[in-house]
Amino acid sequence: MIYLDNNATTAIDKTVLEDMLPYLSGEYANPSSMYDFAKKPAAAIREARAKMRDFFGAKDEKEIFFTSCGSESANMAIKGVLNCNKEKRHIITTKVEHPCVLNTYKYYEKQGYEIDYIGVNAQGELNFEELKEKLRKDTALVSVMWANNETGVIHPVEEIAEYVKSHSPETRVYVDGVQAAGKIPINVKETQIDMVGVSGHKFHAPKGIGALYVKPDVRLTPLVNGGHQERGMRAGTENVPYIVGIGKAAELAMENMNHELTEVKRLRDKLEAGILKSVFNARLNTGISNRVPNTTNIGFEYVEGELILLHLSDIGICASSGSACTSGSLEPSHVLRAMGIPFTALHGSIRFSLSRFTTEKDIDFVIKNIPVIMDKLTKISPFQTELEELRKRKGV
Amino acid sequence: MWDYSEKVLDHYRNPRNVGKIDNADLIGEAGSLACGDSLKLYLKLDGNKIADAKFQTFGCGSAVASSSILTEMIIGKTLDEAKKITNKDIAEELGGLPQEKMHCSVMGHEALEDALKKYYGGKYEENTPVETSDKIVCTCFNVTENQIWEAIKINNLKTVEEVTNYTKAGGACGRCKGLIKDIIDTYYKGLNKAEIKEPLTATQKILKISKVIEQQISPELQKDGGDIELIDIDGNKVKVKLTGMCQGCKNAQMTLKSFVESILRDKVDTNIEVEQV
Repeated sequence: MIYLDNNATTAIDKTVLEDMLPYLSGEYANPSSMYDFAKKPAAAIREARAKMRDFFGAKDEKEIFFTSCGSESANMAIKGVLNCNKEKRHIITTKVEHPCVLNTYKYYEKQGYEIDYIGVNAQGELNFEELKEKLRKDTALVSVMWANNETGVIHPVEEIAEYVKSHSPETRVYVDGVQAAGKIPINVKETQIDMVGVSGHKFHAPKGIGALYVKPDVRLTPLVNGGHQERGMRAGTENVPYIVGIGKAAELAMENMNHELTEVKRLRDKLEAGILKSVFNARLNTGISNRVPNTTNIGFEYVEGELILLHLSDIGICASSGSACTSGSLEPSHVLRAMGIPFTALHGSIRFSLSRFTTEKDIDFVIKNIPVIMDKLTKISPFQTELEELRKRKGV
Repeated sequence: MWDYSEKVLDHYRNPRNVGKIDNADLIGEAGSLACGDSLKLYLKLDGNKIADAKFQTFGCGSAVASSSILTEMIIGKTLDEAKKITNKDIAEELGGLPQEKMHCSVMGHEALEDALKKYYGGKYEENTPVETSDKIVCTCFNVTENQIWEAIKINNLKTVEEVTNYTKAGGACGRCKGLIKDIIDTYYKGLNKAEIKEPLTATQKILKISKVIEQQISPELQKDGGDIELIDIDGNKVKVKLTGMCQGCKNAQMTLKSFVESILRDKVDTNIEVEQV
């Protein structure tokens, strides 16, 4: 199997699993308990929190809260801030946020909040000028994802935070860091960003664990009320093994950052160039710069995405698509639509996302086989005239 | 991951009768590129028999499988036999389709219908009520009232969600869901004609809004010691004044949007916006 869907989820790193295992068996004590038996899990959480502090580039481990997933991190940040600033009823976000963020704002829109959704250009890059125009004194929150899950495009969140703070200091800035974590260096203490949410399973920790960075002066209300855990901000007995897991995964991600930025990027670029060269109806859906190193989004014109995925799956390749058919929603990707990707390519858009476990052999296999699949699938398409024109234009 | 039957897998992997018949006698089309799936069906006749059928499909695995199996089902059949095939038959022949994918079988049926219509001069659908219209109900996916009516009838659909699964209507912006519900209700009331709501005249709208406020909204607010007054209606902007306990209540804005506005949208017009003056 060749797994190129690492923006959906990743394999658990073996050493992450090894570090977790003791806390799934013998070391089961509640870290809040007062006997010696509870010392080890309590220390393990402290250690994991320190690793997450370094991973975020935060100043203090008090700025780190463990959650159950990326969606919870986003909800905790957004709802927490809005609950503490009820007089401010304006929010700025983007048209290309992940549904866990977007649907949270749709919820607030129904409650009477005013929301501005900032658009992107054809390369997927955020319209910063539009964001500047929309910023007001009563803007409670500016919420922009660090990197987009479908395109990999990186948004200038540091500059955005700086602009927001210099023009409306009380406005909070939330950054969905789920797709940036482990792929590009994050160093929040050098920025004005108030909160960053991440999800463990996107960087080789298991599913079911996330984290939220919160700057010390930011006031939040908790999403889950109850006990004193996470300094009263997120009640519930700590998920010790998974907290250990995300801590270890973060440590490994820091160690492998250079590999990510060079080797993973090299393989991604090779895959991209290989496909664009050998498949006449392929087009890159983004620009080439300003992207996380592991992601490419390619549109195959006049062929539908789910059909491509099924044929890829038949030869053991896992990828994903922005096509309507794969989601069950009947609507193609809101991200690609916000970019204005033409209908000819929209439904046939495929995302390949690599990881540090992707090999040269994997990429060579994909480059070799995609033209074979496309040759078969373009023949089924009713748009033969259009395909013929495309072929001529590309000089094939 | 969809739970596709073995037959669906076989037909998308090895689609039968792919391509174009150059001198086809009948060509049927359904769907569009913008909507995410489209099908072209070519028929070669021998007398009143379908001697050959080929297809070209832009669509997902189940769309290709539906098209492919449809060609197998109709080759060798007379046109009279072929016109009896419904989307349900196509889905059954495939060993079933996931609910959300039933619209793929409907697309197959529509392309067949489109081809046969040309042969029968557009009048072969004896069992379709003539009164239903070609009026587009779902503008996102270009689904007509006729198509929805057909899908309800053949597949015994009861809910809006089912209609969406079978026809895609209502699957994008969702604005036509009220209309789809009306069509379902009309169908089961045994009426021949599914009435599409004509836009209300300004006077009708004002009357209807004030009636809904008076009979449904006001009594609810009165329970909490408040009330509501209709001040003005300007197109879809409904200007109201909250009175009694509602006045100055910190939940007033919420009451306005999530209660007053949602009832008016439901009962009168989905585009209504309520404002407090």
